[in-house]
Amino acid sequence: MSSHPNAARITRVRALICEVVTAQFDEMDCPECFEYLDRFADLILNGADAAGMMPRLHDHLERCAHCREEFEALLAAVRAWQ
Amino acid sequence: MSERSNEEWISDLSEPGPQRELAVNDLWELLVRGLGYALAKYGSVTEADIEDFAQDAILKILDALDTFRGEARFTTWANKIAVHVAFTELRRRRWKDVSLEQMIEMPDGDLIPRTWVDPSAGTEQQALQHELLEVVREVIEEELTDRQRQALVAARISGVPLTELARRMDTNRNALYKLLFDARQRLQNRLLSRGLSKEDILAIFDD
Repeated sequence: MSSHPNAARITRVRALICEVVTAQFDEMDCPECFEYLDRFADLILNGADAAGMMPRLHDHLERCAHCREEFEALLAAVRAWQ
Repeated sequence: MSERSNEEWISDLSEPGPQRELAVNDLWELLVRGLGYALAKYGSVTEADIEDFAQDAILKILDALDTFRGEARFTTWANKIAVHVAFTELRRRRWKDVSLEQMIEMPDGDLIPRTWVDPSAGTEQQALQHELLEVVREVIEEELTDRQRQALVAARISGVPLTELARRMDTNRNALYKLLFDARQRLQNRLLSRGLSKEDILAIFDD
């Protein structure tokens, strides 16, 4: 599939369908995710069960590529001093 | 650089004077180093960019000191703001010359590639995939409002960041969320009205 000329678009359409069928009314949006991202990051870095303790944020990061990208960058930034 | 507690960071940064200058300097070093690691894989980012991002972040951090709730380490909170400043600017650069029309147009004119073939799926699964894709195409092209369609296609198919898309559509993020929410709701209702469960649909498109 990765060599298909429309591979990127196919991946996005697939992701859209999965996102849409699993969407829930109480899911977190990007601003709320940003609000609590530092807390989630510290839980991860301390080896705590971040996904279990903050499931809505974890769910948002699974769905939202942009927030996930920032989260991974945040982990890298904090690890720079560890 | 000395290790400060959250309270010491807030205290040192709050009052003008030599203590604050030292704290700002330490914070700047911390953010520059952090951003260097965070953005290492983004080849277009220069050292000057990183210093600019750190400087902008410091202004935002100083402005927002009274919003820090202490639920995370101050340094993590500060890095979060710096990373956000950086990505906001990088995404603005990436999309600044792209019009809304360009964001939603498809090279071959088809939203859903008509040559979609999932080699990992059997014949029956492929048939189900095509059926559901036709539903998606119908909803997006015929049932959504123009604004809903623009929002959904740009955000979810073209991957445009919401801040950039809101700017292009001359709206704010909350209104954009509402458009996306309504569009997704309509899609969800149609996809689930065919007698298939969520689990069935996920399995049909599973890799």
